[in-house]
Parts: sequence; C-alpha cells; structure tokens
Amino acid sequence: MSLTIDKIALILGMALMLTGLWGGFTQKNLLKIILSFSIFDTGLNILIVALGYLPGRTAPIIEGEVVTQENLALVAIDPVPQALVLTAIVIGFGITALMLVFALKMNQDKKTLDINQFNDLKW
Amino acid sequence: MKMRNSIAIALVLIFGIFLFRIFEYHHTSTSLNNSATYYNTNAPAEVGTANVVTAIVVTYRGLDTLGEVTVLFLTALIIGYILKQKNREKSVVNYTSEILITAVNILIPASIILGVYVFINGHLTPGGGFQGGAIIATGIVLLILSNPSKLMNMKVLHFIESISGFTYILIGLAGLLFAGGFLDNRILPLGNIGNLLSAGAIPIIYSLIGLKVGTEISSILASINETKENTIKP
Repeated sequence: MSLTIDKIALILGMALMLTGLWGGFTQKNLLKIILSFSIFDTGLNILIVALGYLPGRTAPIIEGEVVTQENLALVAIDPVPQALVLTAIVIGFGITALMLVFALKMNQDKKTLDINQFNDLKW
Repeated sequence: MKMRNSIAIALVLIFGIFLFRIFEYHHTSTSLNNSATYYNTNAPAEVGTANVVTAIVVTYRGLDTLGEVTVLFLTALIIGYILKQKNREKSVVNYTSEILITAVNILIPASIILGVYVFINGHLTPGGGFQGGAIIATGIVLLILSNPSKLMNMKVLHFIESISGFTYILIGLAGLLFAGGFLDNRILPLGNIGNLLSAGAIPIIYSLIGLKVGTEISSILASINETKENTIKP
C-alpha cells in the first residue's frame, strides 16, 4: 500500500480526531476541553475533504483551457464534501464561540476553570 | 483517577478501531459518484458559476446556507444576550504596543479590501461569503487588539447585519416568484461563465452573506471584549 495524498490526509484527520477525543476525556481545564473539541472538529473536516479526493484531479473550478465546462466531470474532484465542510466549519465556529462564552460565565461564577469544581449536576 | 483514565483509554481505543476500519474500507476511487457527476456536468450550464462548490452552496443547497447563516445569527444573538450589560464599560486593558497600533492602521484597509474581493469573486475563484466575512472579521480583531478600550458601534454592526439578512431572504422570495423556486439565482441573466457579472443573483447573495458573516463575527468578538471581568483566572 503506497501512501498517496488522500491516505495521508485520512491518517492526519483520524489522528487529530483521536487527539481531540483523548483531550476532551482527560483534560480538567474548561479551555483545554474546548480546544480539544476544536482539534476534533478540524480532524473531522480534513477527513471529509479527503474522502472526496480523486488522484490526479484538480479543484472543481472552470479555469482557462485546462478545466473547461465540457471536461469538468473528467478532471475535477467531488465538490459535495467541500460544500459540506464549508457548512461544518461555520457551525463549528458558532459552537466554539458559544462554549467559550459559557466558560467565561462559569469562570465569573466560581472564579475557576477546573471542571471538578462544577459538581452541581453530579450524583 | 486511575479508573477514569482507563475508561478514557478504552473509549479512545474503540474509536481508533472504528476509524481504522474506515481507513481499511476506504479505496481511492477513479471516477466520480452519481451526484458529483451531475453537479460537475450540469452546474456551470444551469447556475452559471465557474466554481461548482459555490453553485452547490448558494443555489442547489441554498436553503442549508440560509440555515447556516441563521445558526451564526442565533450564536451572535445568544452571546449578546448572555453578556448583556446596562452600562457598557471600557476594557481594563489599555496598554498595547506601538508596533501593533501602527501595523493595524495599514492592515485594516487591506484586510477589508481582501475580504470584499474574496466574496465578490466567490462564483469565479475559491472563496465566497463565509471566507470573505471571516477575513473582514480578522481586521476587526486587529482593531480590538490594538485598542481594547474603544467601544464598537454596535448599532451600525446590527444595522448592516439585519439589512443584509433581510435582503437575502427577499432575493430568495424573488426566486420563488420570478424563477424556479426559493433562492433560485436565475432572477437575473446568467451571463457568460467567468465574467464578474454572471451567475445571476449569486454575486449579490454571496456579498450579502459576506457582510452578514463579517458583522456577526465582529459583534461576537466585540461583545466578548466589552464584557465586565473579561480577564479569566485559571
């Protein structure tokens, strides 16, 4: 098995997802948990884009003589994962911003970011 | 504590096996699947964009993009509500370096021009409304960093945001009346592929999205900057 560029991107995305998951499970600081979520999100986006890649092809954009309207389906890659990832990045930004603001409010409440101090919902 | 770590290790391992199975199953294909073939074959003729991703984001799945913009709007709204305060106070941080202040004066016009360029050319080149809006917001971040005690004019930000969101929906409704359906871009002539004024309403829609996203991200950052006690104690 040769390591083509899509395999490398798959491995990178999966490694980032595992790193983010590990960080989310083990970190105690709220900011680090949010950072782990961001890392997981980035890995997932890389994974989705890598799944739409075809070897030797170019971006789905008409450009001069190389990529014309007629041969677009033969020389361009799958545009659907890229459109999905565009959506996913924006939603990820919104969720991260909300989590950061909640962390700010929690910090104002208890003057700490240690997740072990927030035991109101613990049973 | 040992117990908890071993549970975490076990969960990450299971997820790793799951990902490894996907990796094993994945085979590099040599031809496009049906939906991708449809989009790559028909999108330039039907929608008139040079960039197929833009055709999918703005026209074929335009309703999703409207939802996406709504999610960002809700985020800005919730953050503004949570961090609401009656008397807006100046930030406690006042000192910033001279180098940053000088550089920001050069970089802000450049970043705004680059952002506008990216979202106006969204149907021809890589980029579009969300990317251009994010680039404009980086200029606003620099402004906030260089002068944290300055209060943003929230009214102007909210005005631009509401006007662009409202016009976006009006253009969508115009598609319902004068073309094939909601958010159909053929209310304006499609023009020649590759021209700046082509692809019907897509440049207008993407410019509106760019303005909306730029002002939303800016207002999120400004309200985080202007909240009381914005210094986090670890």
